[in-house]
Formats: sequence, C-alpha cells, structure tokens
Amino acid sequence: MGEKILEINDLHVSFQTFAGRVQAVRGVSLTLNKGETLALVGESGSGKSVTCRSIMRLLSKNASIDSGKIIFNGEDLLSKTDKEMQHIRGKDIAMVFQDPMTSLNPTMTVGKQVAEPIILHQKLSKSEAMKKALELFRLVDIPEPEKRLKYYPHQFSGGQRQRIVIAIALACNPKILIADEPTTALDVTIKAEILDLMKSIQKKVSTSIIFVTHDLGVVANIANRVAVMYGGKIVEIGTVDEIFYNPKHPYTWGLLRSVPTLDDREDSLYAIPGSPPDLLDPPKGDVFAQRNQYALNVDAYYEPPMFKVSQTHYASTWLLDPRAPKIKIPQSIAARWQYFKSKKQSFKDKRG
Amino acid sequence: MSGFFRFILKRIVYMLITLLLISSCTFLLMNFLPGSPYGNEEKLTNKQREVMNERYGLNKPLGERYIIYMSGMLKGDFGISLQFGDQPVRSILSKRIGPSLQLGIQAMILGTSVGIILGMIAAMFQNSFIDAIVSLIAIIGRSVPNFVFAVLLQLLFAVYLKLFPIALWDKGFLSTVLPTVALSVSPMADSARFIRTEMIEVLNSDYIELARAKGMSEWRVAFKHGLRNALIPLITILGPMSVSLMTGSLVVENIFAIPGIGEQFVKSIMTNDYSTIMAVTMLYSTMLVTIILFVDILYGIVDPRIRVGGGEY
Amino acid sequence: MDEPINENKNLSPKIPSSYFTPLDDTHHFDNERIAAPSLSFYQDAWRRLKKNKAAVASMIILLLIILVEVLSIWYSPYDPNLQNVPHANLPPRIPHVNINGFNGKAKISGVWVDKYELVHVPKDLNYYFGTDAFGRDLLSRVLAGTRVSLLIALAAAFFDLIIGITYGLVSGWKGGSVDTIMQRILEIISGIPTLVVVILMLLFIRPGVTSIIIALGLTGWITMARVVRAETLKLKNQEFVLAARTLGESSLNIAVGHILPNLSGIIIIQTMFTIPSAIFFEAFLSFIGIGMRAPNASLGTLLNEGYKTFRFLPHLMWFPAVAICVIMITFNLLADGLRDAFDPKMKD
Ligand SMILES: Nc1ncnc2c1ncn2[C@@H]1O[C@H](COP(=O)(O)OP(=O)(O)OP(=O)(O)O)[C@@H](O)[C@H]1O
Ligand SMILES: [Mg+2]
Repeated sequence: MGEKILEINDLHVSFQTFAGRVQAVRGVSLTLNKGETLALVGESGSGKSVTCRSIMRLLSKNASIDSGKIIFNGEDLLSKTDKEMQHIRGKDIAMVFQDPMTSLNPTMTVGKQVAEPIILHQKLSKSEAMKKALELFRLVDIPEPEKRLKYYPHQFSGGQRQRIVIAIALACNPKILIADEPTTALDVTIKAEILDLMKSIQKKVSTSIIFVTHDLGVVANIANRVAVMYGGKIVEIGTVDEIFYNPKHPYTWGLLRSVPTLDDREDSLYAIPGSPPDLLDPPKGDVFAQRNQYALNVDAYYEPPMFKVSQTHYASTWLLDPRAPKIKIPQSIAARWQYFKSKKQSFKDKRG
Repeated sequence: MSGFFRFILKRIVYMLITLLLISSCTFLLMNFLPGSPYGNEEKLTNKQREVMNERYGLNKPLGERYIIYMSGMLKGDFGISLQFGDQPVRSILSKRIGPSLQLGIQAMILGTSVGIILGMIAAMFQNSFIDAIVSLIAIIGRSVPNFVFAVLLQLLFAVYLKLFPIALWDKGFLSTVLPTVALSVSPMADSARFIRTEMIEVLNSDYIELARAKGMSEWRVAFKHGLRNALIPLITILGPMSVSLMTGSLVVENIFAIPGIGEQFVKSIMTNDYSTIMAVTMLYSTMLVTIILFVDILYGIVDPRIRVGGGEY
Repeated sequence: MDEPINENKNLSPKIPSSYFTPLDDTHHFDNERIAAPSLSFYQDAWRRLKKNKAAVASMIILLLIILVEVLSIWYSPYDPNLQNVPHANLPPRIPHVNINGFNGKAKISGVWVDKYELVHVPKDLNYYFGTDAFGRDLLSRVLAGTRVSLLIALAAAFFDLIIGITYGLVSGWKGGSVDTIMQRILEIISGIPTLVVVILMLLFIRPGVTSIIIALGLTGWITMARVVRAETLKLKNQEFVLAARTLGESSLNIAVGHILPNLSGIIIIQTMFTIPSAIFFEAFLSFIGIGMRAPNASLGTLLNEGYKTFRFLPHLMWFPAVAICVIMITFNLLADGLRDAFDPKMKD
C-alpha cells in the first residue's frame, strides 16, 4: 500500500450529558493511505460519526477529546488552534454529510454555496470561483449546470443535492474526503448512482476517502480496506477481501450475515441479537461479549488486544488467542461468498 | 408562483371581510352606547337637542345612517367630531397621524435592530454570562409595562438629568428620543428572544455544520448562513409587534404629551366622542390587517422556497 | 505497514488457560443491568423545572404573593378605600428602619422633614408604604390592586382553558369543513386588534373588573385555540389514537381521554403566557383611565395616581410600579421555565 496520509492514535472522545459521561470513542487507532478508500462500518451508535468529526474537529460543545493524536501531514490536528483548523477544513480535509435534504442552506443559491470554499481557500474572485463551480457541477453530473447554479436547494432532488454537497467537498481538491453515510438517506437506485459517482470521482481526483456506513453491502464495491467499529472501538480491520472472506471477529460475522442478498426472503433477514453496550458505563472485558454466542469466560474479565492475522488484517477477539477453542466461521456466511463475488463482479462489469 | 398569488388573493378577501365586520360592529355598538355624545347634556333643552340631532344626522333611521356611514368611510369621511370644536374627524386625525407614525417607525427600527443584535450574540454565546445578561434584558423588557418604563425614562433623563424635554413636542428630533426608546422596549425584547431561539436552532442545523466544514470562521458562518435564515421567520412577529406598538402609543403619547393618534383616542374615549372613536378603531384595524397582509407578501419575497415555487402554498 | 497495534507475541500471559472456555450460561455480565426506570412526562418536566433556579424562585415568590393576597382579604392593615384626610400624603414609615424615605421623613424644599410629626400621627401608627392624597393607606391599596391583577389572571386562565381548548380541540379533531369554517372565523377575529375590542366593550359595559374580564374572554383565548388545534392535528393520526378508534371508542372519549392529556404540556405553557398579558392589559386600561374606576384600587389606577405626583411624592409611584414589575417578571420567568421544562427540544 502507499504512504499514509492520516494516522489516528488511541483516540478517546467523550460527551458530557444529563445522564453522565458518554464514552463514545474509546481508543480508536487507524491509518489512512494515500488514494485509498477506507470504509468505517458498524451499528448505529458505534462511534463512526464521532471519529470522523474528531478528524474535522467539528464536535459539539459538550464533547471533549480526552486523549490521542490525529496526525495529518506530520502534525497533530488535535493540537491545532481553531484558526489553523479553519485553513485545513474544506481545503485539505472535506466532509459530506448524511442528509442531503438539510445539508444545504435553503436561502442561498447552490452556485454560491459551491463557490464559497473556493473563494475562502483559493482566494479566487467571485466570477472565477463561479467558473470553478460550473466545472464541479459538470464533474458531479448535474444536468444544465449553467442554469442550475442559480437555483436554490429546494429546486433539486435528494440525489442531486447530494451531488452538490459532494461538489462542495471536492471544491478545493481535498487530500481527504470524509463521507459520513452519504447514501443512507437516499433510496436504492439513487444510492447506487451516488456510489458510482464517488468511485469515478476517486479515480479522477485521487483523494483518500473515509467512507462511513452501517451497511457492509455497500462496502464491497467501493472500499479498499474496512474498519469495523463496535462500542467506540475498532474490533476488526483489514482489506475488503480479508473482511469478507476471512473475517475473524464474531461481530463482523454478524454484520456479514445481516447483509441482505437477492435470494433472501424479507422475513429471513438476520439481525444480531441484543443491543449495543451502554457507553455511559462500558462493560468490563470484551465489549461484544454479551451479544456473542461464541463468548469465552475470559471475555468477562479481560479486554482482548488487537491480534494480528496478516500484515494488513487485525482483529480484537480472544478467539484468536492460541489457547482459545478453534471456531469455524459460520456456514451461513460462507454461503454468501458467491453472492458477494457476483456483486463485486457485476459492479465492475457495469463500470466497463 | 400562481399558488402564492392565489394565497395572497385569499388573504385580501379575508382582510376585507374582517374590515366590514369591524366597521359594522363598531357602528352598531356606537348606536346602542349609553351616554350622550354631547358634552353638556344637562343644560340642553329638548329643542336644542332636536336641532343638534338634526344637524348631526342622528334622527335618521338606523339603516339609512349605516349606509351614510359606510359610504362616507369609503371616501375617508368619518363625519364630524361632536366634542372637538365641530371639526371633521378626518382633519383632526390627519394632523395627528404624522407624529404617531414617526414614533412607531422609529421605535420599530430601533427595537428590532437592537433586539436582533442582542439575540444573535446571545445565541452565539449560548449559556454564557452574556447570554444570561441578554435573557435578563429581554425578560425585563417583556415584563415591565411600557407606561412604567416611559415614566421612569421621563423622570431620569428629563426631570433629573435634564437631557431631554419633559413633555414637549416642539424640540424636533430631541422630543422623539425618550418616547421612541420607551416604545422600542417591547419590540426589542420580543425580537431579541425570538432571534435567540431561531438562531440557536439554525446554528444547530446541518447546513451550518457544512458551512463550518468548509473552513469558515464561526462569526462568518453566523453572519453569512445563520442570520438570514434566522431573520426570515422574524417577519412573522412583525404583526403582533405592531399591535403592541399601537397599544403602547396610547400611554406613551399621553405621558410625553405627543399630539398623536393615541393621545386623541384616549381623549375621545373619555369624552364619548363617537365619530372619532369609530375612525380610530377603523384606522387601527385597517393598519393591522394591512400589516398582516404585508407580512405574508414579504415572507413570500424573502424566502426563496416560496418565491421560486415548489413552496407549500 | 506497521499499525500501532499489539503484536500477537505480547499477549497477556497471566491469564489462566482455563479462562479460554466457552462462557457458561449461568454467567451474568455486571452490565446487564435494568436501565434506569424511565420517568413519567410530568416527573421529567418537574426535574427539568427544578434545575431552573429563576423559575423556581419565581414560583416561590408567586406562591407567597398569592398567600399574602388571600390572607389580606381578611387581614388588610387598613380599609383600602378608607379616607383619612389629615393623614394625607405621608411618606412610608417602617418601624426600626432609619433610612430617609422609609422613616416618615420627606424632603421638603431640600430639607428632610418628619411629616408624621407635622400632622401629629401617634408614635405607634405606621403606614409602611405611606398614604395617598386622601390619606388612604398605600400598602392596603397595593394589596387590593394586586388582588385585582391576580383575579384577572385567574379569569384569563379560565377563558383560555374553557374556550381556547374547546375551540381548538373541536376544530382540530372534527377537521374537514368544520375546521375550515372555524379557522376562517379565527382568522377574521384575529384581524381585530385586542385593544380595539376591549375598548369597544368598555364603552358598552360599565368599566370595572367584570367588563375587563368579559373583554378578555372575547379575545384572550385565540392563541390557545390555535396551538391546541395544531397539536390535535398532529396527534390525531398517531398510533395510540388510531388504536383507540379501532377499538371503537367514541370520538368524545378519544378527544378527552387520549388527546387532551397529551396536550397538557402546551396547555400549561400557553396559559402561563396568557396570564401576564392579561395582567398587563388590565393595568394598561386602568392607567389610561378606562379600566377600574375610583375609588377602587388596581395597580393601573395606583400607577396613574402616583404618576401625576411622581416628582413630589415618589412613593405613590414606586410601590405599585415595583409590585406590577415583580408580578410580571415572576409570571414570565415561570412561563419560560415551564416552556423549557415541557418542551426540552428548546434547550440542550
Ligand atoms: N453531541 C453528543 N452528545 C452526547 N452524546 C453523543 C453526542 N454525539 C454522539 N453521542 C454519542 O456517541 C455515541 C456514538 O455516536 P456516533 O454518532 O458516532 O454513532 P454512529 O456510529 O455515527 O451511529 P449512526 O450510524 O447512527 O450515525 C452514541 O452513543 C451517541 O449517543
Ligand atoms: Mg453517524
């Protein structure tokens, strides 16, 4: 893999709330390489958004980053001043949010909104910035871009709005693009179009992408590597092939089982039993143990370390300890491999 | 666009019905009112009263008088004041509309602009000391009755500090300062509170988050993206704010001896000056419905979601 | 590529191998606790209200005021309307307080003079708030005036609850053409300035508490009706209402038994906002002279009388002014507090 562009080291983030301190992120470490797409997957509440927002330093007022480092360009983003962060946001690191319906300012023309970061960071004049905005509109496939620049957000469909948000994020050729569930709020066909767009864009502009989703199905055709988050931690990380065809963590198994396939009937959709851990008072030992049908006694007392599976593949479960019983990957997942392969294949075919 | 026009047209029809209703009610009420319109009732002989009734048209049947009254009103003719030297009501009021309008507009501008600034600062520093101070100002502005405030201003700045005339209307702009300030307190408090709430909501919205993610500074985000979106809904409370200004003008004009509509209205009420009361009632009602209509149109103009179609009308 | 991650070699060797067996069913994780019992709507609101110091203080002050006012019906220091001309225009005198202005002294041509001595008031006779031009005790009059304000508050709340809620509930629940017609009527009524309605009413009925209350009854409930209607429309299509419908409950039962309880939050908030504006209106009308009539006291008439002689007898203005400000501020603060408590989305 190429050189690394972003490195998160043992990040801890908590929120002060009415009920107490919510430990949303508890020791996340990962690296992002140049030009790659890293998918961040996990259930709702696992800390994906908080991790992303920590990189942007856009956490709400009640948040505190308790420890850790986020190294970008050899410098720790967490020790930067607000002013310095403003020069990085939108220019070096850009973000796409979940809900395109509310992400755009309803009272400003979309052209102006796309031009804004260009004027801000590249110090271009308004008309030059508008010209760039036009190019961006073409890049993200907005029909009749000249005319559409002067429209207001409500005059676009959800999918088009998300294209505009992506255009805003790409405005200053960022080195890192963070997309926090950019397709969750869209319906299926639009979802595929946006994913397509993101892939083609990455080819053209070669930014590194952190792609957040809770749907592993989406990951197969967009990511190079996958990090699986659970309870504020990364429980497994590896290349797409490793995560799909050699998953080690029982939680990853659960996620893979819950990917809907074409021949699944509605009523046979799998969901991991139980509910996510209480982050106000996280459990001792392995966070996933109480929902894990393969849990060991050790899980109740000790937190598992990151076991190395391969040079690129790590997982945090005691099942990888040499002393643990050998457990075979559930048959139901192996049965899906054919489907995953075909999905990836069909995606490639479509792209030609 | 046509949807918006149809909406406005509908509003105009309601506005006319409202006015018709009010004018008819006023007319009827005035007719069944106890007390006589003549200032010196006891001294009048029957003969004199008949002559006067004849002269003012009070001896005609109700229906006929209603028609006379309504058609006169359409022409802006409200008859003759029976109390104030037999002058036509129109000329009494037209002299007085200037000062009232001037004060009202000045107070509205002063009140809303100070209120907007305070509300915005409070929202940006939510839950801080500054926010607490602004909340305190707003709660006092909302709670202390405008006549108490007017009297205190008069005492402090006119009586003790002698910076402004006490109750004189001939010192030009200087005479308008204290009454304007007294009147502006309530729109100031209302708009500060309103903008604070709106701005907090706007600052928590996704598009503000996106603007922050573009690398804009917090102030720039607040001004360029926040303020406009928080200001638009402020238009909706312009109606209630003007009503409270009208109400306030009644007392403030009295306290500062301003020759305006409000002061005349109170005088007319005290002296059973029916024709003037009717005229002022109609004036106030017309103003209110016009402002409400204006607010709806303005909203359509400033909010692109309505202006450029696809809106909810 | 070296990730900052433990290598397999340095795993914790201290852990006994016996731990690496499948977890027995009997094991209970200590974090499998039952979640904190969920608070009811009211308990939750009350908990939030208690955190708001200004609102709690206001509530205590208001309760005290109400208590004092109720007691003063029987234990007023003096008859508020009793004239005692020899004791006219006395400044306040509070025993054991020796601050000029509160010890019976007043400034006459620049010198502090004990006015109580001038008119030979007995040593043990004190007027805590002073007296007015007719020698009436100001404290008793302020108490009486405040009682009027509270009465008005009660009446306004009553109309809000009876007319406003009924109108809004019927309009929202019935829907269709009933709703359309009722909304048109509201739209037309709300085009009339309250001031105008009140003034026309006062010309027609003899001025006094009753006429003010009637005037408020005509217009004061409109906002409540609007709020209740909007909320009813929202609730109407929610599951619990639909469920009640399929169970065949009568319309009236559902409206009163299911919808109304869910409206209690906004009803409390709206009532609390109606009250101060009603109190203001009475004071305002009395101040311009078309509300309460002499000799009866209301805070508005007291302010009007005090205002005329403010430069010479400031106490006549100050006491009623402070009284009305305290009532208005406490009601408004409590209303704000209740709104934040019942409508948590407004605050953090
Ligand atoms: N502003 C906040 N205040 C308090 N707690 C917060 C805040 N933001 C996030 N959290 C908590 O942090 C945890 C992680 O939230 P996060 O938004 O990162 O989840 P996520 O993985 O992005 O989930 P989703 O898929 O729903 O977006 C959650 O338990 C959430 O309740
Ligand atoms: Mg999220």
